[in-house]
Amino acid sequence: MLSVTQLCVSVRNERLLGPIDFEIEAGAALVIMGETGAGKSLIAQSLMGNLPSALSSKGDIVWLGQRLHDLPKKDVEALWGREIALLPQEPWLALDPIMPAFHQVEETHRLVMQAPKADAFEKTKDDFIRLDLEGAENRRPGELSGGMNQRVAFAATVAGNAKMLLVDEPTKGLDFERSRSIVKLLKEFQASGSAIVVITHSVETAESIGGNIIVLKDGNCVEHGATDEVLSAPKHEYTQRLIDSDPSLWRVAKARETGQPVLDVSELTVGHGHEALFCEFNLQIFAGERVALIGPSGIGKTSLLDTLVGLLPLLKGSVKKGPDIGRTGIQKIFQDPPEAFAPHSTLKTSLQDVAKLHGIDWSDITRVLLDLNIDLEILERKPNSVSGGELQRVAIARALSVQPAILLADEPTSRLDPITQQETMEVLRSSCELSNTAVVLVTHDRALAENWSDRVIDVTNFISGDLPTQP
Amino acid sequence: MIQRFGPLVAGRLVQAILVALVVAIVSFAMMQALPGDAAYRIAAGRYGYDVMDAAAAELVRTELGLDRPLTLQLLDWVVALSTFDLGNSLVSGNSVWSEVADQLGASLLLAICAIVLSVLIAAPIGVVAGLNAGGWVDRLSLVVSVATRTVPAFALGIILMLWLAVEAKLFPVAGYGNGRHLVLPSLTLALGLAAVSNRVIRDAVYDATRSPWYAFARNKGLSNSAVFRRHVARNVAVPAVAYVGVQLAYLIEGVVIIESVFAWPGIGHALVHAIFERDVPMVQGTALTLGLIFVALNLLVDLLCRWLDPRGAGSLR
Amino acid sequence: MIILPSPARIVGYSLLVILAVLALAGPEAFNLDPVRQSLRNTLLPPSATHVLGTDHLGRDMAARLLSGAQLSLSLALLAVVSASVFGTTMGIISAWRGGWIDRAINTLSDSILALPGLLLVLMMAAISPGSWWVLYVGISLTLWVEYFRFTRQRTRILLDHPSVQASRLLGFGYPHILKRHIFPELMPGLFTLAAFGAATSVTAMAALGFVSVGLRPPTAEWGVMMTQLLPYWREAPWLILQPIACLVVTVLALHLSVGSLTKPNI
Repeated sequence: MLSVTQLCVSVRNERLLGPIDFEIEAGAALVIMGETGAGKSLIAQSLMGNLPSALSSKGDIVWLGQRLHDLPKKDVEALWGREIALLPQEPWLALDPIMPAFHQVEETHRLVMQAPKADAFEKTKDDFIRLDLEGAENRRPGELSGGMNQRVAFAATVAGNAKMLLVDEPTKGLDFERSRSIVKLLKEFQASGSAIVVITHSVETAESIGGNIIVLKDGNCVEHGATDEVLSAPKHEYTQRLIDSDPSLWRVAKARETGQPVLDVSELTVGHGHEALFCEFNLQIFAGERVALIGPSGIGKTSLLDTLVGLLPLLKGSVKKGPDIGRTGIQKIFQDPPEAFAPHSTLKTSLQDVAKLHGIDWSDITRVLLDLNIDLEILERKPNSVSGGELQRVAIARALSVQPAILLADEPTSRLDPITQQETMEVLRSSCELSNTAVVLVTHDRALAENWSDRVIDVTNFISGDLPTQP
Repeated sequence: MIQRFGPLVAGRLVQAILVALVVAIVSFAMMQALPGDAAYRIAAGRYGYDVMDAAAAELVRTELGLDRPLTLQLLDWVVALSTFDLGNSLVSGNSVWSEVADQLGASLLLAICAIVLSVLIAAPIGVVAGLNAGGWVDRLSLVVSVATRTVPAFALGIILMLWLAVEAKLFPVAGYGNGRHLVLPSLTLALGLAAVSNRVIRDAVYDATRSPWYAFARNKGLSNSAVFRRHVARNVAVPAVAYVGVQLAYLIEGVVIIESVFAWPGIGHALVHAIFERDVPMVQGTALTLGLIFVALNLLVDLLCRWLDPRGAGSLR
Repeated sequence: MIILPSPARIVGYSLLVILAVLALAGPEAFNLDPVRQSLRNTLLPPSATHVLGTDHLGRDMAARLLSGAQLSLSLALLAVVSASVFGTTMGIISAWRGGWIDRAINTLSDSILALPGLLLVLMMAAISPGSWWVLYVGISLTLWVEYFRFTRQRTRILLDHPSVQASRLLGFGYPHILKRHIFPELMPGLFTLAAFGAATSVTAMAALGFVSVGLRPPTAEWGVMMTQLLPYWREAPWLILQPIACLVVTVLALHLSVGSLTKPNI
């Protein structure tokens, strides 16, 4: 149905992608796997025929006997939705923010499929029932959860009955349960006769989609074949690393021993103003241990951490620090590394400020930085021009330089690629073990929590009131 | 309805009260700063210069307690305003309300015409420039916008008057009467408003066409025109209407000055006259009315914005 | 914000520098007198003795425009400096302390914003007609609110921002947070507000002068000059265009120098 030969995408003379070759039969599944910057999205844009104008592509994309490069733009656009459809990543951004969900699906039925008004209405109603979206009809994307938005976008995309569906990072930003349900939807759609092309960085998603796979690294195909074969017996070292980076396969040594209690939380109620998020939360943390707090996104785990550290006033209960823990005894690592640094200062200035304030020798700071595998040259830059993984390591180094007893890590790797995630978590573990610092990790990833930490606490047990329906 | 629009109305009601308070306090200060005896002036304001004498002034002094501390007098002043008692003009002797009622229509006509005209000018230019960003319409509109925006409203008025009325004789220089009198003052205001709002619309259109929701709507299979009609138009209208709200202060200030430039017999013209003659009751009445028009137009824009973009009201958050 | 292309800023700065130098020098530097009349030499076109000609009372136009520049720019500078210092301080206090202080300052700012700024300036002008000081107080009073609201809103967001939280946990005090986090973030917006404030101030002074409720003749103020020269359009069209051009160039320079057509969003 679709065959791609020698596809290359380049900007000026620099090649970003390719050459890539692959074919898809009607009703088949193809997974394109790789990390951020591997060029996965360029493939989707090339197939849709809407690469940014600064980029140029070469090679052949043949769709049902037609070369897409030969078609006028108008004819390529006529394929959209009807023959080739695209489910974009982060669908909560891709839906019209001020149009109710129902209309966004209905308009595909009515304007793309030319269904009469009453028919379109009925079909849309069916879609909402089938996808468990009842009650969402008159809501706007901002009022729906990530998973619901994804299903609305899915309904709007497949209403055109396309022969091939491109899916860009369907599980990005979703927790385990939601990822699983969107993968199930995609499989069902494939079973109804359409081909699916799924772009992902997640080995788990790739595994459950099945079919064939292409593994991309820096724009080049490093390996391809049947998905189950490639993933069970990878030939290329990069594929192996990607697979190993899956937290469920990590083998992390438990903390050797734990020491004195450093934090004692009892009967704590957390919330904003009069609205309680968690209540009767008890926790004792000992020197050097690693504790993970898990729970789905959006239930207020960050507020819990902020209360522990004193950034948010506690509503009830007590948080007692150990006897030798001073003002800077608890430090925090943030989810988004660039957000944790003053944007207008170089990293060096930020670190020197810390050294000056606490009378730390600069050589001690550089020693910590080197321990964490940080290239000292990046210190001359401002936070926005340093990669997320490196910046997160600098953040860890900065926090450890004041010798805290406890390090709170709020989803420290959820914005990082799998391999970087693994490296960062390993660095966090080894450096905290070295300094006997306790770590409280907050994450939505159960596998990561269970394999990385000594203890796992599910915070949903402490939720006050009903489970919120949206993040 | 009440849940959706109630808070907006309440917020503007508070603003209306603040308008009254500020106007009352500044007018009171103005009254205190006038030369001569306040009792005489108020008596003259009430009864007219010809029928008042020292006895009437004494009567006013004891009645109003003008020998009491200033704070108490200010309180009385505010209470008088809250009962909508504005007194009479010190110049014409007519009641302030009747004067303001005469001028209100002219000012509203000018303000509404200016807004409508500015939208008619800005919307097409902004949309075309936004859809063809970097094209000649876009670049030309930027240059013209900067040039127009940097000419203060009254100077723009003078230039248009000299050019289109005095030289080209297309329109009357000043005055009030038929539709041709309306053209220059409303065009002056509209150009000043459109100079910025066309760029606001242009940026909103530009951002919309590069948004993920635009790409998604296109990829769903909708045609360009369907996407524009169903998604872009409304999403652009939200910031565009909100910007009209930002411009209301410019509009009211413009009305005041432009009415004076073109001798347009509205409230702004009356306010400037009253200030020149230090006719405190008239200053208070006209400033209060202009302030309330400002509040009312703001409320209108608020309601329109909320209607276009219902997010944040009645939703779960 | 509507951002202008960057060469605009360079043009804007150059114009501002030229205007500032001319205003600082004033008519005295060129040996000119803005008030000396000469009824024999009225409405003269530009010439070697009177570079920009003379007005209806035979006064040298160049001298009067320079004197007007001094009035306008000094008012703008003083009003913007007082308003920005006061407003920024209030904004930081408000965001920092919250509670009743925040509510009190906010109510004050809402009261000022309830009316369009120029109405307030106009009414103040009636308290003491023709006074430069009343204009200064009135304009500063309307301008500080913008700095206050901008600073308060941005500072509130910043204080909750991870980078500031990280600094607080690391033991840094408020002076450090102001220096490293808040001021660098506020500065560009404050400069834009300052340019807009200066333009507002220059325009307001001229507008009031033009409708005869600002400074009074014989002061060589640009707006007053426009009123006086308007009747001579037919005989000497270059005359009225001069103060208009001065006003427009000043406002243009201010807008170009910050490279924006609109104020920062609040």
